[in-house]
Amino acid sequence: MLKQPLTIISIVIIAAWVILAIAAPWIAPDSPNYTGFAALQAPSAAHWFGTDDVGRDVLSRVLWGARATLPASVILVACASAIGTVIGVVAGYIGGWVDSTLMRITDLFFSFPAVIFAMAIVAALGPSLTNSVIAITAVSWPLFARIARSVVLNIRSADYVLVRRLLGGSTREVIAMDVMPNVIPSVVVVGALYLGEAALLFSGLSFLGLGVRPPTAEWGAMISEGAAHFNAWWMALFPGLALMSIVVAFNLLGDVLRDLLDPTSGRVVTQTAATA
Amino acid sequence: MTAQFEVQDLSVELDGPAGTVCVVDSISYSVDSGKVLGMVGESGSGKTLSVLGVLGLLPGGARARGSARLNGRDLMALKPRERRQVLGKDISVVLQDPYTSLHPMLTIGRQMTDHVRQHLRVGKSEASDIAVRLLHEVRIPDAHTALGRYPHEFSGGMRQRIAIAMALACGPQLIITDEPTTALDPTVQADVLRTLRELQLAEGLGWIIISHDLGVVSALADEVVVLYSGRIVEAGTASELLTRPRHPYTRALLDSLPDAGHKELVTLRGVVPSPANRPPGCAFHPRCRFSTQECAEKVPVLRELADRRLLACPVDPLRKG
Repeated sequence: MLKQPLTIISIVIIAAWVILAIAAPWIAPDSPNYTGFAALQAPSAAHWFGTDDVGRDVLSRVLWGARATLPASVILVACASAIGTVIGVVAGYIGGWVDSTLMRITDLFFSFPAVIFAMAIVAALGPSLTNSVIAITAVSWPLFARIARSVVLNIRSADYVLVRRLLGGSTREVIAMDVMPNVIPSVVVVGALYLGEAALLFSGLSFLGLGVRPPTAEWGAMISEGAAHFNAWWMALFPGLALMSIVVAFNLLGDVLRDLLDPTSGRVVTQTAATA
Repeated sequence: MTAQFEVQDLSVELDGPAGTVCVVDSISYSVDSGKVLGMVGESGSGKTLSVLGVLGLLPGGARARGSARLNGRDLMALKPRERRQVLGKDISVVLQDPYTSLHPMLTIGRQMTDHVRQHLRVGKSEASDIAVRLLHEVRIPDAHTALGRYPHEFSGGMRQRIAIAMALACGPQLIITDEPTTALDPTVQADVLRTLRELQLAEGLGWIIISHDLGVVSALADEVVVLYSGRIVEAGTASELLTRPRHPYTRALLDSLPDAGHKELVTLRGVVPSPANRPPGCAFHPRCRFSTQECAEKVPVLRELADRRLLACPVDPLRKG
């Protein structure tokens, strides 16, 4: 499975972006915010991706833009999955009114369209990179909560959990040894699949002017600026391609992980398999 | 003499959509050390819940009342923390299905030593020694390597032996087996039961066999309790009760056993009523061919007969037979 072309493509793209993001200050031809070039130049040998409406090098800004999108997506997925997992496990394991209460709150969050809800949160907190990450985390955790809960519900009634209790095991041991090893693979797969979504939401907020503040380079914001200059197609095209490539790569990675961790795929990576 | 393990007036109630349902209705039984108690009944008669109730491991929405004394100590009055020290150490349970009762992601060694280390406060290597010794006792070949293996590498019979070894690891005084061989095929069944029996006799353990298989029970049990719809309908020594049943239900159960001597198998029509719509009076009366008006009106009292037998049937149609 690791040798399949799609796997390799996704890993290469993600690795490339990670390297480019880290190395941006050294490899970018110019400073992302240097406005000294002639505005709206088409792509050329001097400016591969052209220049934007205020005379900044688009290539440099695309490279620097990776420094916003990549860490933001990873951080917000990490936060959302951690919060969602805790809530889902607590709800699923304790059950009863705790479960009902937590799941109704989850439904409440789910019932709003994610982008609109995130916009409302950013509008309330004030637009900034941190606040947009907080907003997207706030709209993303319910997904993870539901998945974690559904896995817990399956595991909670498993015989081997009862056996652990019959042998004198505590709730903490049941959660650490029986529940979490089953929950984590599912959450990781969904998290990987969600990275692409997260990158899109993050750029989407910036596109709407609710994310990263100008002049910071960010793909969504760059596409938004480019959309105002229809003739300078390069202004929106290159950050758009960058965003597309990373979203596609994240989705492919998610698929690969899902197949790898899926018991029915025939390659049992962990023994979660039999019970998940 | 007081019994080693004595359950008194155990009731289990379950909260359902249609209100609270009494799934186990004040049952009492006891086991002496070195003795075997068979608990018999069809599916849904409350056998498993009555055990989980005693051990404080009922699923959510279920409550148990009554007392369960192990050597005079009431398990049902214990705090969860104290109860955890008893479970797996003084009382052990072996579940029905060895395919689901072992953790698929953990090695046998890990599963066998976790509770040993906790209960007996021994180190890793000591716990492994205990595990190896027990695997030997339940006749798992090559016990040392077995510790490093996963459950899926063993057959059903082997897994059940491993589950038994786990249950016996901390030297319990009482072992409860809930349909321990139902999931296994008959030859393996006999083998696993023989192993259990040898260990039980050697250690002088009290043993409660929960089963719907009268063949298993009659071969092993000293005393038998027959449950129907959460109530005890008849109890007594195995030899008496299984050769001369007095309750029509016990009789029907025995008649429905395949036997080389019988030409035609007698079947018992209908199913055990769910505790939610348990019929008034004797729960068995709609299926009983001896039932009278009284049976449909009054819940029969469990009364003691001459030969240490308990019977909950006012009609007692089998008195002479």
